[in-house]
Amino acid sequence: MHRFANPARFLRIARVLTLPLTLLGLGLTAAGLWIGLFDSPPDYQQGESVRIMYVHVPAAWLGSGGYLGLAVASAVALVWRHPLAEIAARAIAPVGAAFTAICLISGALWGKPTWGTYWVWDARLTSMLVLLFLYLGYLALSSAEAERGGGKAASILAIVGVINLPIIKYSVEWWNTLHQGSSIRLSGAGASSSIAPEMLLPLLLSVAGFSLLFGAIVLMRMRAALAQQAVAARSRRIAAAYT
Amino acid sequence: MFWLLVRRDLALALRRPAALALPVVFFVLAAALFPFAVGPDAKLLLAIAPGVLWVAALLAALLPVETLVAPDVADGTLDQLVTRGLALETFAAARLVAHWLSFALPLLVALPVAGVLLGTPALAPLALGLLIGTPALAALALLAACLTAGLRGGGALAGLIVLPLALPVLIFGVGVGQPGGLQLLGAATLVIVAVTPFAAAAALRSGME
Repeated sequence: MHRFANPARFLRIARVLTLPLTLLGLGLTAAGLWIGLFDSPPDYQQGESVRIMYVHVPAAWLGSGGYLGLAVASAVALVWRHPLAEIAARAIAPVGAAFTAICLISGALWGKPTWGTYWVWDARLTSMLVLLFLYLGYLALSSAEAERGGGKAASILAIVGVINLPIIKYSVEWWNTLHQGSSIRLSGAGASSSIAPEMLLPLLLSVAGFSLLFGAIVLMRMRAALAQQAVAARSRRIAAAYT
Repeated sequence: MFWLLVRRDLALALRRPAALALPVVFFVLAAALFPFAVGPDAKLLLAIAPGVLWVAALLAALLPVETLVAPDVADGTLDQLVTRGLALETFAAARLVAHWLSFALPLLVALPVAGVLLGTPALAPLALGLLIGTPALAALALLAACLTAGLRGGGALAGLIVLPLALPVLIFGVGVGQPGGLQLLGAATLVIVAVTPFAAAAALRSGME
């Protein structure tokens, strides 16, 4: 891991990886969405609207996985003081937050035709909403910190968030079972284990494609952040040369 | 040293009773806002009373965030304590206890007043829940204060930080009457109170570098 702490070495690898990841990601995503939108069968219950699943499920997966990645990067930054880890965390955060937002919005659009409502306080939806708030808190704190010149507060927040996340998810499930009442059973939403193979293939393609795109975007953001650091350092050197 | 710090913080807080009363007044005011918003229907108010009181308590815990830690960081008191060999964790734990004592006990006294405004729900389970849950709220407020000490816009930022993390306390606190609710609330509080001094100290340490 510390082999990649050298920004120059990391940049060499990142430069080589970025374009293939982007193209492969776009290709897989396009394939998955094409098959999903045109070639796969409609759901026997939900009809055509099930096709939103091919965007909704990868977005949910990447939103949750992104937060885990954010927490791991923050932990590496705090414990090992790995110089690139904090840059990685700051690169991941907006992308993960965007995917979480896409998951929530696509879910709301899916909910309207299937359940008749844009939003329902189901355990899974509520947990996703809380995840978005955790992301937003991290983004706000890290940008406020960046103004002041950096620090570890945002990394600490990410770790506290990931520790609390199982507690929050459990509490939301517990709360949901208390107020079950006449709420809707969501057995059809999201990929169930008895999914038809014609639907499974485009779903997997879509998940793989979006994941690769996530990685490509994070690499691009990290390269941009390192470039900004280099520019700032160079400006300081030039300014110092004139004093 | 720990109890010395607690006594000092409490003495400082008591020196300005107006600041002490602020969260309490805010608590009653926030609870009183809801009847204006949803109408004076007594049945509705009674049904939502426990939730409203918990939300009001949560918001009241957030009020003093900007003055919890930032002044001590800014005027050098924290640096003085550290050079004397005080562990930041001890400082954080002492500040947690003092903060809890200064806002939770008056809150419990004000609970009947706010409760009456909302139709007097069963106060005993609410009081018990608040007693167990407010240490967690105090801990989260302290954590937010340490994370945002010295940052601009710290107050709003602190709210955004605290609220998602406080959800379990809120959920279990309102559900105290349900089977297992009290134990779950205690568990959530214990986890939060245990983690906070270390996280808060790490945040203070990173701000001091």
